[in-house]
Amino acid sequence: MELIVASAIGTMTAGGVYLILRLRTFPVILGLALLSYAVNVFLFSSGRLAIDMSPILSRYGDGTYTDPLPQALVLTAIVISFGMTAVLVMISLGAFLEADSDRIDIDQTDFDKDADQ
Amino acid sequence: MGTSGNLLFLIALLPFIGALVPGIMIRAGRNACAAFTAVPTALALLLLLTLAPAVMDGETVQAEVEWLPQLGLSASFFLDGLGLLFACMILGVGLLITLYARFYLSGDDPVGQFYTYLLLFQGAMLGIVISDNILLLLIFWELTSLSSFLLIGYWKHLPEGRQGARMALAVTGAGGLAMIGGMLILGNIAGSYNLTDILQAGDAIRASEWYMHALILILLGAFTKSAQFPFHFWLPHAMAAPTPVSAYLHSATMVKAGVFLMARMWPVLSGTDAWFYIVATTGLITMVLGALIALFKSDLKALLAFSTVSHLGLLTMLLGFGTQAAAIAAVFHIINHLTFKAALFMTAGIIDHETHTRDIRRLGGLRKLMPVTFVIGTVAALSMAGIPLFNGFLSKEMMLEEASHTDWAGSPYLVPVMATIGALLSVVYSFRFIGHVFFGPVRDDYPSHPHDPPFGLWAAPALLTVLVVLIGVMPFLADGIVAAAASAVTGAELNPHLKIWHGVTPALFMSIAAVGGGAIVLLAHGPLDRAWNKTPRPEAKAIFDRLVARCVSLSRFIAEGTHNGSMSRYLAIFTVASVVMGALAFAGSGMSAPTRGLLPIPAVIGVGWVMLIVATISVVSMHHHRFRALVLIGIIGLTISAGFVYLSAPDLALTQISVETVTIMLLLLALHFLPKDTPRESSTGRRVRDAIIALAAGSGVAGLSFAFMQRDISTISSFHIANSYEGGGGTNVVNVILVDFRGYDTYGEIIVLGIAGFLIYALMHSLLDGPAARRLRNTDYSLDRSRDRHPLMMVVVTRVLMPIALLVGTYIFLRGHNQPGGGFVAGLVVAIALLMQYMASGFAWTQARQRIEYHTMIGFGVVIAGLTGLGAWLFGSPFLTSAYTYVHLPPIEEFELATAMLFDLGVFLTVLGAVMLMLYSLSRIARYAGETVNVTPMDYDPGRASEDGSEKS
Repeated sequence: MELIVASAIGTMTAGGVYLILRLRTFPVILGLALLSYAVNVFLFSSGRLAIDMSPILSRYGDGTYTDPLPQALVLTAIVISFGMTAVLVMISLGAFLEADSDRIDIDQTDFDKDADQ
Repeated sequence: MGTSGNLLFLIALLPFIGALVPGIMIRAGRNACAAFTAVPTALALLLLLTLAPAVMDGETVQAEVEWLPQLGLSASFFLDGLGLLFACMILGVGLLITLYARFYLSGDDPVGQFYTYLLLFQGAMLGIVISDNILLLLIFWELTSLSSFLLIGYWKHLPEGRQGARMALAVTGAGGLAMIGGMLILGNIAGSYNLTDILQAGDAIRASEWYMHALILILLGAFTKSAQFPFHFWLPHAMAAPTPVSAYLHSATMVKAGVFLMARMWPVLSGTDAWFYIVATTGLITMVLGALIALFKSDLKALLAFSTVSHLGLLTMLLGFGTQAAAIAAVFHIINHLTFKAALFMTAGIIDHETHTRDIRRLGGLRKLMPVTFVIGTVAALSMAGIPLFNGFLSKEMMLEEASHTDWAGSPYLVPVMATIGALLSVVYSFRFIGHVFFGPVRDDYPSHPHDPPFGLWAAPALLTVLVVLIGVMPFLADGIVAAAASAVTGAELNPHLKIWHGVTPALFMSIAAVGGGAIVLLAHGPLDRAWNKTPRPEAKAIFDRLVARCVSLSRFIAEGTHNGSMSRYLAIFTVASVVMGALAFAGSGMSAPTRGLLPIPAVIGVGWVMLIVATISVVSMHHHRFRALVLIGIIGLTISAGFVYLSAPDLALTQISVETVTIMLLLLALHFLPKDTPRESSTGRRVRDAIIALAAGSGVAGLSFAFMQRDISTISSFHIANSYEGGGGTNVVNVILVDFRGYDTYGEIIVLGIAGFLIYALMHSLLDGPAARRLRNTDYSLDRSRDRHPLMMVVVTRVLMPIALLVGTYIFLRGHNQPGGGFVAGLVVAIALLMQYMASGFAWTQARQRIEYHTMIGFGVVIAGLTGLGAWLFGSPFLTSAYTYVHLPPIEEFELATAMLFDLGVFLTVLGAVMLMLYSLSRIARYAGETVNVTPMDYDPGRASEDGSEKS
């Protein structure tokens, strides 16, 4: 099971890194989304994997529970990464609408234009 | 710590407190600003004088408050003879300068700023001389560099002022950095950062193998501050400052800080060959060189600046000799130099003020036009030349006396001859100051009509010249303070008797030679000047500028090489660097053996894994088709939530599903306005490179997490599990952590989410005001549109689903404390329910039925969560402490009421508001892009078909 989770994290990281190295905004956003998945699962896995041990306390005697702390962290991380994605989407949308290009790199010509001003 | 200790604190603080006032009352005019500067200075001086008698009797006043004892840093001050002398000079001259500046600066200058800087500087300087802790001393040391930067560059409109200020800051700041190193070494050897302890540890320090390092580093600090060769060049350029600044910083205080430090460290560092050869030689060179350059300067202030350099060299040389008599001479000359040099600077300022020029070649004959200034300037200059009956003579005699029996590397003549030449040169430039400015015929081409200034301007230098004469005629007046200070410098009980006539000594002959020779050289000044100007010589400023230019181009090369505007390059560098560092860390440390066995893999999980891997690979390979990639990424998110369910994380699964839904909707909305395909523009090489980076990063992370999961660690989670029900009143530990144990974090997070919502809203608004709006209006999106955008079925279904979704949301919210769920998930679920209405029935229709603004919702959410936290204060508990109770209402089962629920309500509202605000903003853009506004929920409403056949616009 650990192997499966680790390889999934690795694959998503690799895919995410490849996509954030692309030149247009949309693949970069997709890449960041993939990276957030990978990071969230990674954080979650730092609590070690456990099956059928939900951190819901049983009223009937003592049970064993998985580590709840990483779960709490990841829960907020998921929501925050949604917020981050939303801001990024808005920024890239704005950039595209203002400049008519969704490239993420500054061209050398843009530099020169700035220098002229 | 007694009363006197408290007074010391007050003295140290007064200038800083006072500095607050003039800056904020800048409009109150020059008189008010000057008065409010004088009050703290005078007060500090008075307090200081009450401590003076005890200090003069050989006591030291001490005060200490521990600040960071772990670092050996304490706010401790002490006052001994040396400190008293300098503190009196700083505060006394400070008062005179305050008066002088009031009349010198014009009403157009921002006078309040000037006085604030002045007080800041005064406080920093005072701090240096009375600090007992060397770390504290270093802080004040750097503060003087900073505040002098502000003062030198006070006339911001003058390029010379800005350059001079920068140069002074660069040189003295760099020296200060070196000194920090030296002081830390010193503190390490002595085992304490307290000056009083260090001064006791002189033998250990001189014997230490680190002595040379400490010595050189500390001397670098002192030499740069006191403008010693080869760092002397910044001082003349700092003359671009207003004259009161020059008179204060560059004659009396800041440049003396280096001398003060050498005097302070004298018992610890002096007495070795290294000290003698470095310090005395540097001083000697600086003295002669400074005097020589001063000779050929035609700018009055430049002349005085180089003369100051020369006199600072003299002081350094005396301290370098390392004898007690030389130390007495040094202390005495510090006083004398202060009196005549400050007076001379002020005189130069008066001349500049009245004639509008400081060029000696354009002056002359002012004796008749400005008689008062003439008297003041002449007396001070004669003292500088070392003419008997003025105080400069006395200390110069003592210097020559010491020089006459100093042996340099086996040669008994080198130092006396050089010292005589130095004295001779100083006679020449002093006489030149008198002769070429005041004597000679009255001219008719002064840039302005000169006359004596008002009393306020000449009062301060006049007072100083009175001192010059008083000490010169009755030197025993200074016995007490010189004895106290010199004893403090040497650490031995000294009782010097200062007198005018020492008998027929070598020094007398050297003096006569200097004055006579000086008079002769002055006669030949014209030809000498021409010869000097023809001789090529290294220009310190040019060298400095070249050095700076080289540093700038180097940093520009680095900055522009790495920061060239290509974001993909930054990301690649960042990723590669992280991978490399991870690999290094991995290689560097041995790994412990795995402690956990692997869990089995059920078949259904294996299928999920295959789905996830295939989807990820497909996203990457098909990312050029944006819609397809979006659908595929949804598969990944859903697979992950299924994984969360299996791996005992029901809360995460719920959150992941709902966030996934919202994210995809958001991206779909945005994609409407973006290109639908990504062009293939990367070269194959680039793709291979990126693939290698990606695979390296991926396998690194996979290996890391695999290694991680196989090993146990001790966590704090058992505390959370044990206390969740007892302390937090909930059985869902994850939820209790969110709203109780780590409530502070959650509070921060909902605020961040709220800010993200507002940010998007603000971005949308600025977009719709800019050129983007025109583009939106002019682009035709109609081809992308479905012909039936608000289909009947969807409208009906979402309408039915709405109450169900709300019910589910409420249910998830209420059970959150004990079962999977909670404010985050509930907020998202309700947001999805609302979004469905927008999607099915259109923007305008839904918007018209909205009762609460989303901004308000975010605000309420944060406020409710905050108030819940604050509520704990009412019961005397810390912020966000929760309380709970069980309630039993007869018809229903027993249920729980916890304040944490209220907090969760805040979370719920914020999440809902933020998500809705984000999507609302995107829809606003859509509407701007010419989306038709529908007032009815359906494009084709069968119920109305009979009345109006086509509703479509």
